[in-house]
Amino acid sequence: MKRIGNRTASDPAAERYRAGVLKYAQMGYWDSGYRPKDTDVLAMFRITPQEGVDANEAAAAVAGESSTATWTVVWTDRLTACDRYRAKAYKVEPVPGAPGQYFAYIAYDLDLFEPGSVANLTASIIGNVFGFKPLKALRLEDMRFPVAYVKTFAGPATGIIVERERLDKFGRPLLGATVKPKLGLSGKNYGRVVYEALQGGLDFTKDDENINSQPFMHWRDRFLNCMEAVNRAQAVSGEVKGHYLNVTAATMEDMYERAAFARDLGSVIVMIDLVIGYTAIQSMARWARKNDMILHLHRAGHGTYTRQKNHGVSFRVIAKWMRLAGVDHLHAGTIVGKLEGDPNTVQGFYNVLREPHNPVDLQRGIFFEQDWAGLGGIMPVASGGIHAGQMHQLLTYLGDDTVLQFGGGTIGHPMGISAGATANRVALEAMVLARNEGRDIWREGPAILSEAARHCTPLRAALDTWGEVTFDYASTDTPDFVPTPTAAA
Amino acid sequence: MRLTQGTFSFLPDLTDAQISSQIEYCLQRGWAVSVEHTEDPHPRNTYWEMYGNPMFDLKDAAGIMREVDECRRTFPNRYIKVNAFDSTRGIESLRLSFIVARPQEEPGFELLREEGPGREVRYSMRSYATRRPEGHRY
Repeated sequence: MKRIGNRTASDPAAERYRAGVLKYAQMGYWDSGYRPKDTDVLAMFRITPQEGVDANEAAAAVAGESSTATWTVVWTDRLTACDRYRAKAYKVEPVPGAPGQYFAYIAYDLDLFEPGSVANLTASIIGNVFGFKPLKALRLEDMRFPVAYVKTFAGPATGIIVERERLDKFGRPLLGATVKPKLGLSGKNYGRVVYEALQGGLDFTKDDENINSQPFMHWRDRFLNCMEAVNRAQAVSGEVKGHYLNVTAATMEDMYERAAFARDLGSVIVMIDLVIGYTAIQSMARWARKNDMILHLHRAGHGTYTRQKNHGVSFRVIAKWMRLAGVDHLHAGTIVGKLEGDPNTVQGFYNVLREPHNPVDLQRGIFFEQDWAGLGGIMPVASGGIHAGQMHQLLTYLGDDTVLQFGGGTIGHPMGISAGATANRVALEAMVLARNEGRDIWREGPAILSEAARHCTPLRAALDTWGEVTFDYASTDTPDFVPTPTAAA
Repeated sequence: MRLTQGTFSFLPDLTDAQISSQIEYCLQRGWAVSVEHTEDPHPRNTYWEMYGNPMFDLKDAAGIMREVDECRRTFPNRYIKVNAFDSTRGIESLRLSFIVARPQEEPGFELLREEGPGREVRYSMRSYATRRPEGHRY
C-alpha cells in the first residue's frame, strides 16, 4: 500500500485531500442534513445548470465558489477549520413551472464576512460565481442576515420616523418631482422648475441621476439656484421643503465637497446614484448621519441585473443591501407607472425596505424571515409615469410611507408646473382623508378625485389630461408562487 | 398666505364632522390624540403649546372633539392642530397631524438673505406675526 506521510491512503482525510479534482459536492459544499444556524448568513439562488449537470452539484459549486473553494483540491485547506468556512448548499428544489431551474439554498458561517461591509459581503456572494461555466444562468433571489450581522451596520442615516419628524409631515405619502428636461437647463431655469413645483404643493423636487456638473450647468450654480428656490417656497408655504441635490461625482473627494456645500446652504437632503458603488454609498451614509442629512439613493443601473428572472440579482436583495448600507430613500417601483413592476413583487420590495420584521412571504418573493433588529426603515420612492388620476391605486398598493414622484405629471400639467403640483397634493390629501373616513378608495377612487376637483381646477385639468393613461404591459420579474404556498426555509 | 403644514391643509377647512371621523380613525388604531396650539407657525417650531397631555385614556371621538372645541374657544385666533401618537415599537412617533383652526389673517413669512462670500447666501425665515409679543400676534 502506498504511503502518504505517515498514514495510509485508505485514511478518509488523506483520501479527501489527495491532489486532483473532486466534485464540489464531494468536497463538502453539499450537505442535505445541514440545519442552518441562527447566526448563518443565508442565500437563495435560482440556478439553471448546463445540460447534464446535476442540480445538487451545481448548487454545491455555487456554495463553493462563493466561499472557500477553487477548482481543485488544495492541501492548505487542512491548515484551517475548513469545514466551518465552507458554505453549505442544504436544499435544492425545482422552480414551480420553470423546467431546468432550481432554487438552491446556501448557508454561510458568519465569520466569512467582515462586519459592517457591504463590499465584503457582496464580494463573496456575487463576486465570482455568476460567470461559472457549469451554469447557464444564475440569479440571487433573496438573503437572510442574522441579527448579529445586522447589528454591525448603522443602517439608514435618518430613517423614516426621523425623516418625518424633521420634515414635520405625517399621515400621508410625501410628494416629489424630478426636474425635466433632465439635461440642458441652465441653473436659473432649473431653479424655476424647483420653485414652481415646491410652492405649488410638493414636498420635494429632485435632480435626475445624470445631473452632475455639465457644461450647461455646473454643480455650484445648480445648488445655489435650487436652494434659493427651496427657501422661497418654504417662505410662501410655511412648510419644510427639500430638493435632492445629486452629489454623485468622479471621486469621494468631489462628493464630500458637494455634500458639504449642500449642507452649508441649508439643504435637508442630498442624493447619490447606485452606480457610485457600495463602498461610496456607505461612506456617504456615514457622512449623512454625521451631518443630519437625509440621503436619497437613485437606483441608476439596477435594471441591467435585476430585471431578467433567470440571471442577475433580484432587486429585493439590492434593497436589503441598501438598508444595511444606510440610505434613507430608494426607488423601488410604482406598480402602475411606466417602469417594470409586478404588484406582489414590488410590495415585497417595499416590505423589505420599511418593515421592522419580514415573515416568509413567497407570494411577494420573500423566501426568508428577516429580523431587522431595530435598524431604521428606508422610504421607498415611486417614480416613473404616475399621475394624479392613479392616486387611489398608489395609496392602496404602496401605503403612507413612500415618496410619490410625479415628474411629467407635475411639469407637463396644462396650466403650468405650480398647478400640476397643486393637483397632485389635493388629490393625495383628498384620498387620504377619504380612506381614513372608511371609504373604499379602490372602488370609489375616481369619484373621490372628481369630488375634490370641484374645489380645485388644476386637479380637474389633470384628470382631463391624464385620467385614462395606463401602462399595461406584462412584467418580467414576477413571483414564482401563487397564493397559499407552504413556507420554505 | 395659507400655512400648509399638516396632513390636510390643501383641502377646504375641515368641518367638525370631518375632524371627528379622522379622530375616530386614530382611536380605532389605538393612537393617542392630542391638541396643540401656537402663535409661532415657523416650520421648525416643533413644540407648539400642548393643550393638555395626549389623551391616552380617552377613547371617545366626541370627548376629544369637546377638547378641540374648548381649545378653539380659549384661543379663537391661533393655529390649532390635532396629533395622533402611535406607541408601537419601531414607530413611537406621530402618525397623523392636521390643522383644525387657524387665525383669520395669516400674514406669512419674510425670507431673509444674508449674502456671504462668492454667491453664497444664508437664508432664514421669519413670521411677520412673531414680531409682536406672544398673546398679541394674531
